[in-house]
Amino acid sequence: MTQVFYIASALAVIAALLAVTRSNALHAVLYLVLSLFALAIDFLALGAPFVAALEIIVYAGAIVVVILFVMMMVAGAATAHAQERAWMPPRAWVVPTLLATSLALLTVGALAISGEQAIEITAVGPQQVGAALFTTYLIGVELASVLLLAGLVGAYYLGSDD
Amino acid sequence: MAMVPTGHVLIVAAMLVSIGAFGVLLRRNLLFMLLAVEVMLNGAALAFVGASARWQQPDGQVFVVFIMAMAAAEVAVGLALILQIYRRASTLDADALDQLRG
Repeated sequence: MTQVFYIASALAVIAALLAVTRSNALHAVLYLVLSLFALAIDFLALGAPFVAALEIIVYAGAIVVVILFVMMMVAGAATAHAQERAWMPPRAWVVPTLLATSLALLTVGALAISGEQAIEITAVGPQQVGAALFTTYLIGVELASVLLLAGLVGAYYLGSDD
Repeated sequence: MAMVPTGHVLIVAAMLVSIGAFGVLLRRNLLFMLLAVEVMLNGAALAFVGASARWQQPDGQVFVVFIMAMAAAEVAVGLALILQIYRRASTLDADALDQLRG
């Protein structure tokens, strides 16, 4: 299971990097799906099967499909990858690369110094998560439902023709 | 069972967040910026799952569920906004939306 974690992590990071740099919108979304699946395997390897299932159903299944729908609706924008490439000339890469690399190096360096011991992983199942969700974090569930309702109303209002 | 150092989980999470930030800075197309934000949210989710595994507590996983609910609402509103911008400006270029510039 340890090797599974490292292989899936490498896959998730590489696929995420490809997803944010591809000029073809559909390819980018498919790389994002690959990254999400690899991350779901990571969650499984870390003993979180409930969240792994949710990652596939909610993220890869629902959220990414909604993004795909919108990409199809703004068809011109999705197919114009010559345009997309023109928006990313080599000089546009310099500052983002510098900033993101320094951010990554700082966090990774700080984490590498604080040498944490290896942890024995045992699964924390759906039962425990559900019990915590509906007792300790009940107010959070209510707030999340209000947030989703607000999202629904907001999306309906913004999406309607006027 | 598996033995993974907590530091390594957090390093992967930090790399995902950095990649997402890189994408937001690099891209000019609003749809791709939204995609990069999703990558950042997943990095945060991985850190929570790592913490959940480290202390054998379900709390971290509960927060990942909240992150997913938040991401769903964010994507719904964000995509509706992008559609509305596309209708009004006929472009998804973030640099073209500068009507407020004095």
